[in-house]
Amino acid sequence: MTRELSFVEAMNEALMQEMARDDAVVIFGENIRGQGRGELRGLQDAYGDDRIIDLPISEAAMTGIATGAALAGGRPVVHFQVSSLIFPAFDQLVDQAAKLPLMLGGQAHVAATYMVMGCGASGGRAGQHSDNPYPYLIHAGIKSVMPSTPADAKGLLTTAVREDDPVAVFVPVRLMATKGSVAEEPYAIPLAQGEVKRTGKDVTVVAMGHLVAEALASAEALAADGIDAEIWDPRSLLPLDRAGLAASVAKTGRVVLFDDSHRSCGYAAELSSFIGETCFGDLKAPIKRVTRADVTIPFGQHIEDEVLPDRRRLEQAVHAVMAWS
Amino acid sequence: MTSSNLDAASLVSMYRQMRLIRRFEERTAELIDAGEIRAHAHLYIGEEAVAVGVSAALNTQDITTSTHRGHGHILAKGGDPMRMFAELMGRKAGYNRGRGGSMHIADLGLGIFGANGIVGAGAPMACGAARMFKNRGEPHVAVPFFGDGAMNQGVLLESLNVAAIWDLPVVFVCENNQYAITSPIAEMSRGSLAERAAAFGLKAETVDGMDAAAVFEAATRLVDRARAGDGASFLECRTYRFEAHNTALRASDLTYRTAAEIERWRERDPLTVLAQRLDAEDGWAQGDQAAVDAEVNAEIEDAIERAGESPRPSADTALDHMYAQTYPGFPAGVSE
Repeated sequence: MTRELSFVEAMNEALMQEMARDDAVVIFGENIRGQGRGELRGLQDAYGDDRIIDLPISEAAMTGIATGAALAGGRPVVHFQVSSLIFPAFDQLVDQAAKLPLMLGGQAHVAATYMVMGCGASGGRAGQHSDNPYPYLIHAGIKSVMPSTPADAKGLLTTAVREDDPVAVFVPVRLMATKGSVAEEPYAIPLAQGEVKRTGKDVTVVAMGHLVAEALASAEALAADGIDAEIWDPRSLLPLDRAGLAASVAKTGRVVLFDDSHRSCGYAAELSSFIGETCFGDLKAPIKRVTRADVTIPFGQHIEDEVLPDRRRLEQAVHAVMAWS
Repeated sequence: MTSSNLDAASLVSMYRQMRLIRRFEERTAELIDAGEIRAHAHLYIGEEAVAVGVSAALNTQDITTSTHRGHGHILAKGGDPMRMFAELMGRKAGYNRGRGGSMHIADLGLGIFGANGIVGAGAPMACGAARMFKNRGEPHVAVPFFGDGAMNQGVLLESLNVAAIWDLPVVFVCENNQYAITSPIAEMSRGSLAERAAAFGLKAETVDGMDAAAVFEAATRLVDRARAGDGASFLECRTYRFEAHNTALRASDLTYRTAAEIERWRERDPLTVLAQRLDAEDGWAQGDQAAVDAEVNAEIEDAIERAGESPRPSADTALDHMYAQTYPGFPAGVSE
């Protein structure tokens, strides 16, 4: 049975179901009484404060505590209220949780989930509350997913909890109240499995997170100009569905990467080099990127809008790759 | 073993453990000089009484986290010298299959969560394990070892607070060896470290870290307290590192401390302190000590020989163990 749920309601349902399924699942967070934006609603009443564990403002300790809990047989979920809060925890994420399994030579794995809430800019949140920090954790080898629909949010969070490695779930701030159809029963969307969100034959637009809906809207505008865009959502950023992406590029031969992370060493840069190395023979035009600018997000409205990827510049890029001959 | 039966046999057992660590470290330095170990190491020589005294109060279901100077903590909790040497030599028989080296040796089966190259980083992991023990009603205790330098690291201070507010079964063991690499603790901190821990609401004690029996007695009190559900505590062990910060820095050791200071501390060598006590209280003849030393030396030589026989991991396994679950093309290699 499916219902209309918001992003955070879908995530809440995933947590409720996984906590019921597996007693080892525990959630560590700050400001638990605030219940997030709804993703933590009712969990403490259902499972008690031994499993929904409230911490002081100590992101580094919170993350390390989760690692220790995992080594002791727990299956921790760490709730970061805002994306930038992973930065105070950086050592515990990238130098501890991510590296311990290899350094231990396989003696143990760290089955931790990081819920990175409130990712990206949403208007006036300025430099320290507008980040999309997935390239940092991907660079460190932390499995990373970013859903673009409530249904994907539930299925990817479920996978993250069940996976025996650290998995970061990046939750776009602009989508948290967005509603969509979600199946009630538990389900998991495997890692490394992208999805074609719109089938097209002329150009592949790779979009993720809140940019998927933007790309779909642009695709309709482009269709009016006679351009049939395929919108491909990786969903799982690391590991990447290489075969799925290559298949789309093989079909269209033209690629625009639509990514709200920094231009230099951002996620689109990695996608671009993968396509360039692997799909060169299929390409009919140079790959184009529409990304966040390489600056701190400024506060004021027009200057914030200027540095973020948007439909106008996506459509310009699509026209440019279509005009290439 | 509890303080009430700290008899001659227990003291001899602690002496033997300390001698094992001392010899392990002496031979490690020689193997580094000989090129048998292709890395440097942070030697525990001088601090043996801390690891041995504390570990004698623990069992294998209790867990420890350790530091960059971790060999002593691992041996004291029952670590196998052969598998440790094999790890230092980067061999397959090593505890971490040659993936970790000196600063990451662990034995999860013995409750050793592992050494750590980042100062203070193990403390929150100990708290996380302790939280699971408490949630599950298990009587186990978590012991993070760390140095005086870690007392100025944020994550450790965060961990002290969390352990206090949650009444966790954690005994924080601070090995105050007086120097954070080369920086004297007196210049890096104001006030006593134990008083700082007490300000977090932890029961805090200070003990002579050169006296294994005293460390054992203090640790036993605090571990028993944690096991009984009476909460977290902090044990500052005043100790001293006889050697340089690590084997790479031996030549530059005297830039920050004097030979006279090192000599004063060497007079309180923890092996000598315990041997003298055994001799005075129990008539431990010089022959008994020599026999233990000879037995330990033979055990270490045997461990080195067997470690050296283990093969090196083959190149085609270099990407192994990063993930429990892998996918096509993931993790990525050096080229396509």
